[in-house]
Amino acid sequence: MLGLTIREVSAALREGRISPTELCRKCLNRIKRTRHLNAYIAVTEELALKQAGEAEARLLRGAPKGPLDGIPFAVKDNFCTENIKTTCASRMLKDYTPPYTATVVQKLLNQGAILMGKTNMDEFAMGAGSTDGAFGPVRNPWSYAAPYRERTGAAPDSDWVVTGGSSGGSAAAVASLTSYLALGSDTGGSTRNPGALCGVVALKPTYGLLSRHGLIPLVNSMDVPGIMTRSVSDAAIVLGILQGQDTRDSTTTAAPSSLTELPEHFDVKNICVGIPQEYHAPGLSEETLAQWSRVADMFERAGARVKRVSLPHTQHSIVCYHVLCHAEVASNMARFDGLEYGHRSEEDSSTEAMYASSRHEGFNDVVRGRILSGNYFLLKQNSEHYFVKAQRVRRLIAEDFKRAFGSGVDVLLTPTTLADAARYSDFTQEDNRTRSAQEDVFTQPVNMAGLPAVSVPTALSSRGLPIGLQLIGPALQDKKLLGVAQWIEQRVGFPSITGAIKHMQDGSFDSFIIRHCPCEIEMRPVLCFMTC
Amino acid sequence: GNLSLSLSLSLSLSLSLSLSLSLSLSLSDPQQLVGVVGLEVHAQINSNTKLFSGSSVRFSAPPNSLVSPFDASLPGTLPVLNKRCVEAAVMTALALNCTINKKSLFDRKHYFYADLPAGYQITQQRRPIAVDGTLTYSILGGKKRSQVIRRTSTIKQIQLEQDSGKSLHDDLRSQTLIDLNRAGVGLMELVMEPDMSCGEEAAAAVRELQLILQALGTCQANMSEGQLRVDANVSVHKPGEPLGVRTEVKNINSVRFLSRAIDYEIQRHIQVLQRGGTVQNETRAFDSKSGETIPMRDKEGLQDYRFMPEPNLPPLIVYEDNASLPTGIDACQAVVVQEIRAGLPELPSIKRDRLVQTYGILPEHSFTLVNEDGLVEYFEAVLKATTKEPRKVIGWVTNELVGHLKHTVHSLTHTHTHTQASVCVLVSPASPWFLFPQVFQEMWRSPGKTASQIIQEQDLGLVSDATQLHSICQKVVDSHPVEVHAIRNGNKKVLNKLMGLVQKETKGRADPVLVRAILQEKTS
Repeated sequence: MLGLTIREVSAALREGRISPTELCRKCLNRIKRTRHLNAYIAVTEELALKQAGEAEARLLRGAPKGPLDGIPFAVKDNFCTENIKTTCASRMLKDYTPPYTATVVQKLLNQGAILMGKTNMDEFAMGAGSTDGAFGPVRNPWSYAAPYRERTGAAPDSDWVVTGGSSGGSAAAVASLTSYLALGSDTGGSTRNPGALCGVVALKPTYGLLSRHGLIPLVNSMDVPGIMTRSVSDAAIVLGILQGQDTRDSTTTAAPSSLTELPEHFDVKNICVGIPQEYHAPGLSEETLAQWSRVADMFERAGARVKRVSLPHTQHSIVCYHVLCHAEVASNMARFDGLEYGHRSEEDSSTEAMYASSRHEGFNDVVRGRILSGNYFLLKQNSEHYFVKAQRVRRLIAEDFKRAFGSGVDVLLTPTTLADAARYSDFTQEDNRTRSAQEDVFTQPVNMAGLPAVSVPTALSSRGLPIGLQLIGPALQDKKLLGVAQWIEQRVGFPSITGAIKHMQDGSFDSFIIRHCPCEIEMRPVLCFMTC
Repeated sequence: GNLSLSLSLSLSLSLSLSLSLSLSLSLSDPQQLVGVVGLEVHAQINSNTKLFSGSSVRFSAPPNSLVSPFDASLPGTLPVLNKRCVEAAVMTALALNCTINKKSLFDRKHYFYADLPAGYQITQQRRPIAVDGTLTYSILGGKKRSQVIRRTSTIKQIQLEQDSGKSLHDDLRSQTLIDLNRAGVGLMELVMEPDMSCGEEAAAAVRELQLILQALGTCQANMSEGQLRVDANVSVHKPGEPLGVRTEVKNINSVRFLSRAIDYEIQRHIQVLQRGGTVQNETRAFDSKSGETIPMRDKEGLQDYRFMPEPNLPPLIVYEDNASLPTGIDACQAVVVQEIRAGLPELPSIKRDRLVQTYGILPEHSFTLVNEDGLVEYFEAVLKATTKEPRKVIGWVTNELVGHLKHTVHSLTHTHTHTQASVCVLVSPASPWFLFPQVFQEMWRSPGKTASQIIQEQDLGLVSDATQLHSICQKVVDSHPVEVHAIRNGNKKVLNKLMGLVQKETKGRADPVLVRAILQEKTS
């Protein structure tokens, strides 16, 4: 039951094959048994059971609120939740409880979805590994699945791989079957990157399509709430619920259409798939490249037009992204002074001294480093040289995409990451800045341009770890984008982690094995593994 | 509604106090140092809610009772622009002959201060809502200060921005208390070019601005409540030479202090230079007790505000007219300049011109009338109800009433009903004209009473009992044979003296028409 998609479990709930409370308890148990993943910063058990009870009453009356009624979900810990701690994985907000709920979370709650908890992340979403939070790194569930164990002979406690980030907790929650959907945030790839590395569908909607009200910002002009699910069609359901204008976020736009169902059979014959040549970048792994070619070939064989396109300013994107990101970070973080909320230092010799030590104690090195460089970029004598110039290049990057889509391309197909997930011990050899530059290389140009993009799990690597590909669409064409993504999903045969777990022989991993219950007959068929 | 009569009585005073100085400066020889003054005015927008949040705007509410999550800069909150504030800025800009920018932008201005919770202020640095305006004001000149001299200052720009909270320093316990009620209230910042030369001009300009803002209703403009805050940039130079180093004077909470602070600062600059020193570029605070300016401690050091665009607010677009609204835009979501222009009220300068033309009063009297909130309405109401000459009424209003108001307690308010009632008294044959101030004052002391009640209780009514007047007149005639003789010999003017004596007997309450008739009869 836990391995189902939203669509499937929603049907099971309606048909009474399982009750919301039972489902909730299963998820809670699973969270307990997968605690070593460190996916959750807080588990809202009591609230979840209460909500489940209410959903149960509605379902019994035959009056569910919608497709999400009774469905467990998880939320990245940078979305504000009323009366529930929201920490951004930072000492600064370790004990911070917001008095209000983010719009996107509220919309899910209004649908009867059941909040399981708040997920782990890089501090203030600054990172690409989910390794730099105040509550420790998140472990990729695939580290404990049979394919990785069998193929690499990895040792259980030292060789685990990272989830990617910064929404690693959300990706791990969906991948480890403790939630059917999770909210992440995506500023430079923070949803798509862990989505790809954890083998889940990860949608970064068009900028402004989803409200940022209540999302603690990283870069306001690039942040978008991200959606993580186990299937493209689930992502479409959630997008349909979350999208639309919010009077509390002036940058939101009205949804172009009320997104209903994706067509089961999307015809790719009439579409043109662009392959940006600049994404054939140094460091791209052979296996990822092979998957990229394989899917491009699939399109071609199915009658789609596949053409090479150029996005000439791509190479400058990551540098500009960092300048703009750090500048906004410096600005956004100025509010954390320990006065109204957040960590306040014991230091009280003067207001300035209190600010300085509160901020020093509250933020990690990564955050402080970005604040420092961001302020440097904004100084009067530097602003033109760094910030304004980066803004200009940002426009060029957006125009690159515009030109590509203007030339008849419907979607762009790219890798999501350079390679599959790195071992934690390898990942932490490099500092956060270097890692972010490497990890976000394919994802952040999309944020610069505000476009929709989705990462679709495509295959397992030779190490038994997921590889994802990214589709990028024109602004507000999120639905069409998901249609194409579903077409890929239906053909690549990405394995369910449930299957992977079932293949595990080693008894020491039983914490991850789903007990066989009659419900599981309803599970969607486990597709064969890829052997790369 | 209630009108405050306490606001601006000190003004005419301040105008005359600093007059001599300004004339000496403007007539000075070219080798003499002269002052150059530019103003930065922060006008709190008169709106129900704050610039970017739904919290109420109210003066003197309990501390931190008007604070929304956004005002306290709770993470994840976003600004949502208040349409009323935009309309107020556009209206103010139109009244000050500005060019409205159809597209304006918001920026963040960063500095750490305890009453600035976000660590930045949202303002309009790159592209403000309006630019290039003028403020025309007048000062009184000439020997009798009856000559009205018009001056025009240039308004560089008007920008929308957030107010900060308030800090209260408790030095004894070395604590700072923060009140965020004011944090996020909408401000219009008016930046004026340095084209004034002295405190008097600045005071007159600000007073005119106050009147304009009050007429528009876009700002209550009370300086002592901080609704209008004026900072002065002061420098000195020899005419024709570049401007000297400037200082900024803050902490000025009345028009009179503005004038004094500027003149003090100009003199200080001149003295520093004459001693061979150099003026420091610094921010100084005006100390109203000593009348001096002193350097401000917390503004030391060079501030780099690290401006950057406010990413959470798209460009602010205003439309010229309904025809230029793009299709699909909700009309009630749009700010339309033409509609606001059509709703502009009569501005003070127009009102003064009209009063001079319509009633033939002196220009300086028109200033007195317009300076006082409600006085024009009062004056016109009196004229409507009486046949008396406007010049006679204005004499009483400017001398008696305004003089009287000056000496009354600040919290006094008069209501519309009061005005109406007092008009009735004024034109009533039952009470003499000059007793009116007494009636008026009494009405303030006991707000429940009507005019006729007061006249009766205080025995302020006109004595028109014929028998009583006959006997008083007889007494006067009997005791003044010389005067009676003169009248009988044809010197009719002497009758006025007898009339005055009768009025003295009756404390001025005798019906003058009746008295004249009786005296004529007795002296014929």
